[in-house]
Amino acid sequence: MSKNAHPRRRFLRAASGAALAPLAGCGGRSGPWRFFTAEEAEAVIALCEQIIPADEDPGATEAGVIHYIDRHLTGHFRRWQPVYRRGLAELDRLCRQQHGERFARLPFARQTAVLEGLTGEGKEFFNLVVEHAMQGFYGDPRHGGNRDAVSWRMLGVPLVPVRGRQHYDLTGSGGGA
Amino acid sequence: MKHVNAVIVGAGAGGGIVAKELAEAGFSVVVLERGRWLTAYDCRKDDLRNQRTTVLGNGTGPDDERHPRVVVELDGRERIVRPSEPGYNNNAACVGGGTLTYGAMAWRFMERDFRMRSSYGCPEGSTLEDWPVSYQDLEPYYEKAEYELGVSGDVTPDPFHAPRRKPLPMPPLSPTREHEILKPAAERLGWHPFDIPMLRNSVPYGGRPACMRCRWCVGFVCEVNAKNGTQNTVLPRALATGHCELRTECVAKEILVDARGRATGVAYFDARDRLQTQTADLVVVSCAAIESARLLLNSKSRLFPNGIGNRYDWVGRNLQGHSYCGAVGLFEQVTYDDVGPGASIAICDFNHGNPGLRGGAMLANEFIRLPYQFLGRMPPEVPRWGKAHKDFVRQFYRRSIMVQGPVQEMPVFDARVELDPKVKDYWGIPVARLSGRKHPHTLEICRFIAERAEAWLKQAGAIRTWKRIPGPGLSGGQHQAGTCRMGNDPKSSVVDRYCRVHEMENVYVVDGSVHVTNGGFNPVLTIMALAYWASEHLVREWRGRRGRG
Repeated sequence: MSKNAHPRRRFLRAASGAALAPLAGCGGRSGPWRFFTAEEAEAVIALCEQIIPADEDPGATEAGVIHYIDRHLTGHFRRWQPVYRRGLAELDRLCRQQHGERFARLPFARQTAVLEGLTGEGKEFFNLVVEHAMQGFYGDPRHGGNRDAVSWRMLGVPLVPVRGRQHYDLTGSGGGA
Repeated sequence: MKHVNAVIVGAGAGGGIVAKELAEAGFSVVVLERGRWLTAYDCRKDDLRNQRTTVLGNGTGPDDERHPRVVVELDGRERIVRPSEPGYNNNAACVGGGTLTYGAMAWRFMERDFRMRSSYGCPEGSTLEDWPVSYQDLEPYYEKAEYELGVSGDVTPDPFHAPRRKPLPMPPLSPTREHEILKPAAERLGWHPFDIPMLRNSVPYGGRPACMRCRWCVGFVCEVNAKNGTQNTVLPRALATGHCELRTECVAKEILVDARGRATGVAYFDARDRLQTQTADLVVVSCAAIESARLLLNSKSRLFPNGIGNRYDWVGRNLQGHSYCGAVGLFEQVTYDDVGPGASIAICDFNHGNPGLRGGAMLANEFIRLPYQFLGRMPPEVPRWGKAHKDFVRQFYRRSIMVQGPVQEMPVFDARVELDPKVKDYWGIPVARLSGRKHPHTLEICRFIAERAEAWLKQAGAIRTWKRIPGPGLSGGQHQAGTCRMGNDPKSSVVDRYCRVHEMENVYVVDGSVHVTNGGFNPVLTIMALAYWASEHLVREWRGRRGRG
């Protein structure tokens, strides 16, 4: 299924992106993010794309995985705020030291090499991002990631039916699907 | 507050049935449940927040903010654990308890499961023992549970099942693709596959419809009410008598005891956190193995300074669940058909009679793995991230089968629930502190069972298989059991064969806590059968003696 076969979906995606714009500056936020700074967000997007890269199917960026992480860092993941803040700063410090540029600005292959070389706390932080990225990519779109259910489409899993119980035929046996 | 005949703490598998039996016998009953009465609309097919996958919290409680526990790790480190975190060994906090969201396998234990010590002898370091009741004692009560709540399936092809008087009330669901792949493979191996008995409607039953075969089953509330828990069967019947009141969001603090050593009722915090007292002629504790033990231990008085039933230090001991083990297989062909609940076919060829081993486990195919759950079922050689990870998920999500079984554990005295000396919950009540490890023989059985699972998958045509064997740490979770052991000797058990606490005239424990051993099966139908058994005794004992209520 070609992505271009769904112009309406692309329109909706663009529209939902645009809808974020008026939020900038509201409630003391300086960007579209609840938790991340603009620079942190770039790093998280790059990290997630490393974890689930785009190929013939969308990757973490197109799935909006960062929206999942950003949203839950101000909710259920609140206690990991300092871990993200410190972890991202450390990662950029390491990259600047070794390659003269922050993580998001490095070429893809070099980013991969950096991540493969992590040890200790850096690796622990990355493992946490891996966990969250997988949730954001493969989990239910209602939680902010897996935009347009891209991962479920990739796996060929039917989407959650939006229907009330009155729409089920409840008179027969449970034999069929 | 009005005095009643019975106060029941916990509206799960055990408490729900006792409530109905007592109320229908004319007893006045109050049920205290710490959770809420949830429906499918409170828990809508959320793959990251349900009973099983809790990365965004527990779908059916308890909440993370008010219910901590302390877990002592194998290396002695202690940590405070929140309910949605690994290690907490959560069951659920809601009306129906675990039965609201369970996979609903409805197993009867086998005859030898009640006679483990006399069948096999006790391994060193275990408290393996026989039950003071037999399968024959419980058979009519198993049948009652199957018919009152509703069970579908067909165990007739299983030559190992214990004798039964009546067939299951409903036929099995039609087979899934996994079932059709696994059945001939088991038969080629000389095994005896059959349809798993399930507390799930395959045809309309009990005024509710048949299963619609969706993939959100285990861990989720059934959207069409085709899964039979106590919340949609016995509890509504209890309430319909007019003798039973269910109070939700009520957290029990302690069982109150008078100067003569009789229980007088239960102190609890109501939904608005006010301390209340419900007096009653008798008290039934049905909070599941960890919280039931905690409640007894928290009920300290002059006569019972170590808690109720704990004169000989047996309350909280022998905590056990099941050591789940098995194997995963990858296939060239598509195995996924999106037909729920997924688990469908089982064998009982390896529950007993395994050379050199004490017991074993039933083996069954696993419930449908939702995409995020599948990530936890990947072979060790696949990278944890990057393109290779994505390629693997894409290639094999629809081409994998998992077979696993609940290995019956050798009880360990030091696998236990205590009260933590420092940590208290939101209401100031000391919390459960869990410690201990599995018996080494349990892990030996796991290795054997996992090999059988792997052999099954290979015979079915799997191109790559790998075993899944649990670590040595404590198990409890949904199948938690054992902490208030049933026995004839008050010095080495907590309750008698009718679930009455030995040293108390009027306190009963009715849930998995009383299990001496936990079978190589999901334990819920046994909890239900025991609840009917104990209820019949309660009604007989107390009908003439109860006070005004």
